[in-house]
Amino acid sequence: MKTQTYTLNLGPQHPSTHGVLRVVLELDGETCVGSKTHVGYLHRGIEKILEDRTYPQVIPYTDRLDYLAGINNNLVYVQTMEKMMNIEIPERAEYIRVMLAELMRIASHMVGIGIYIMDLGAISAVFYPFIEREKILDMMAHLSGSRMTFNYMRIGGLAHDIHSDFKPELDKFIVEFPRFIEDYHRLIDDNEIFIARTKNVGTITAEKAKSYGLTGPNLRACGVKHDIRKTNPYGIYNRFDFEVPVGEIGDCYDRYVVRMKEVEESFKIIQQAYKELPDGPVMAKVPKLIKPPIGDVYHQTENPKGVLGCYVVSDGTPKPSRVHFRRPSFNNISIFDEIFIGHKIADIIAILASFDFVLGEVDA
Amino acid sequence: MAIDNENGYMTQEELEEKGILLTSLDKLFNWARSWSLWPFQFGLACCAIEMICTTQARFDISRFGYEVFRNSPRQADVMIIAGTITEKMRPSVERLYHQIAEPRWVIAMGNCAISGGPFVDSYAVVPGADDIVPVDIYIPGCPPRPEALIHGMLQLKEKVNSPAKVRFKKYGK
Repeated sequence: MKTQTYTLNLGPQHPSTHGVLRVVLELDGETCVGSKTHVGYLHRGIEKILEDRTYPQVIPYTDRLDYLAGINNNLVYVQTMEKMMNIEIPERAEYIRVMLAELMRIASHMVGIGIYIMDLGAISAVFYPFIEREKILDMMAHLSGSRMTFNYMRIGGLAHDIHSDFKPELDKFIVEFPRFIEDYHRLIDDNEIFIARTKNVGTITAEKAKSYGLTGPNLRACGVKHDIRKTNPYGIYNRFDFEVPVGEIGDCYDRYVVRMKEVEESFKIIQQAYKELPDGPVMAKVPKLIKPPIGDVYHQTENPKGVLGCYVVSDGTPKPSRVHFRRPSFNNISIFDEIFIGHKIADIIAILASFDFVLGEVDA
Repeated sequence: MAIDNENGYMTQEELEEKGILLTSLDKLFNWARSWSLWPFQFGLACCAIEMICTTQARFDISRFGYEVFRNSPRQADVMIIAGTITEKMRPSVERLYHQIAEPRWVIAMGNCAISGGPFVDSYAVVPGADDIVPVDIYIPGCPPRPEALIHGMLQLKEKVNSPAKVRFKKYGK
């Protein structure tokens, strides 16, 4: 029988594209035979704006890159600047930074997993992770006054010490969180519909993942044990005991499993850091006017979405010559055009959701 | 039925006491609309996450009857512009607004939708949603808390209920 292919436009306004991604699909019946991803619908020109900001003024913009994990973005920029200016930061600030970064990783994965499973049709699966996320956001709001865009880290430490409400809330969280993990595993792991929709869907081999520059949970789901926290530890991550979970075949189900395991590992790091939290100041001696020496520095950290790199070029003035970010989501979604081919439309939605990308980071 | 005032008619209050309700059809429609606004699920940036949070268990916008987020503009009443509008997105926003059936309302959520926010001096950002669509409610914040969005929706309810009080819509430069 002779059939004709047709074009389907997915986005930029579509509930399953997690923002304003646009995918133009070439379909033969229900099967995808060609795909073209269009980005740039949230391009705000952050790199150009930052040319006209002073070094501390860059920090609030980093919050708005990957807006599900603002603290982690703060971290990569301030650590780059500390590397550039050779600033030693106090122990207490290092420990608080690790705790907050890992809390934010949990919060980001909660959204990632929740919305992923909601896109597959399970509406109740999104409520439970969001309850846990709200607890974390409450803690962060007590620290910084904001729920999502924190602007809490400074070049040389933190804006101020943790709030007195933070510790009781974290104690409560540490008691309650393991129960949530247990409940959620029972709710999702052996769910037949979830397994049918995700097993062997969107499989990526390790070679292909590496060749496309995938990082983060999406890479680890393919079986590649790559985590900047282990391979090239920054801050004080070498002091903590944690595993790097990996998947087996790199399908949608593995991406869920790796994220859930990563949440447990982050929880372990938080407990260790909380136990060892020293006293002392949270801010190093930093000049009022930040004027780094001429040169350039590249630094990378492990964000919830993958490897976030920051490249700062200084020309010796109080304003950066260039601040560029290597955004993991942008590299992660570059593989879409290839893996969509051969899948049904419903599977394409599952693959889109399983990648957990953030458009603020893709387009910058 | 006793007629006791000088014109020979009963006042509205007297009628209501007897269980008779008088209203115009417009008023009735507006009352019904204001209690079940269907928002358009249209997230642009960071504020969209807070919009999702508002529908979740903790803030639970369905207490007010506004939880029916529609994915198609043709089924929606109110467009919540949640995030930065970029030049590339401008034609889509404009088109989606015109696809919503009348009567329609627009909420500009967050500083980016109000005035461009922190990105106002960028080459790629539209400085405010009221450049392209008429906006009814402005919710400040970067991003606004979910309570602020709920408050904005309730303000919109007031506005829908009293069209005579608020006529002015800012539109264009």
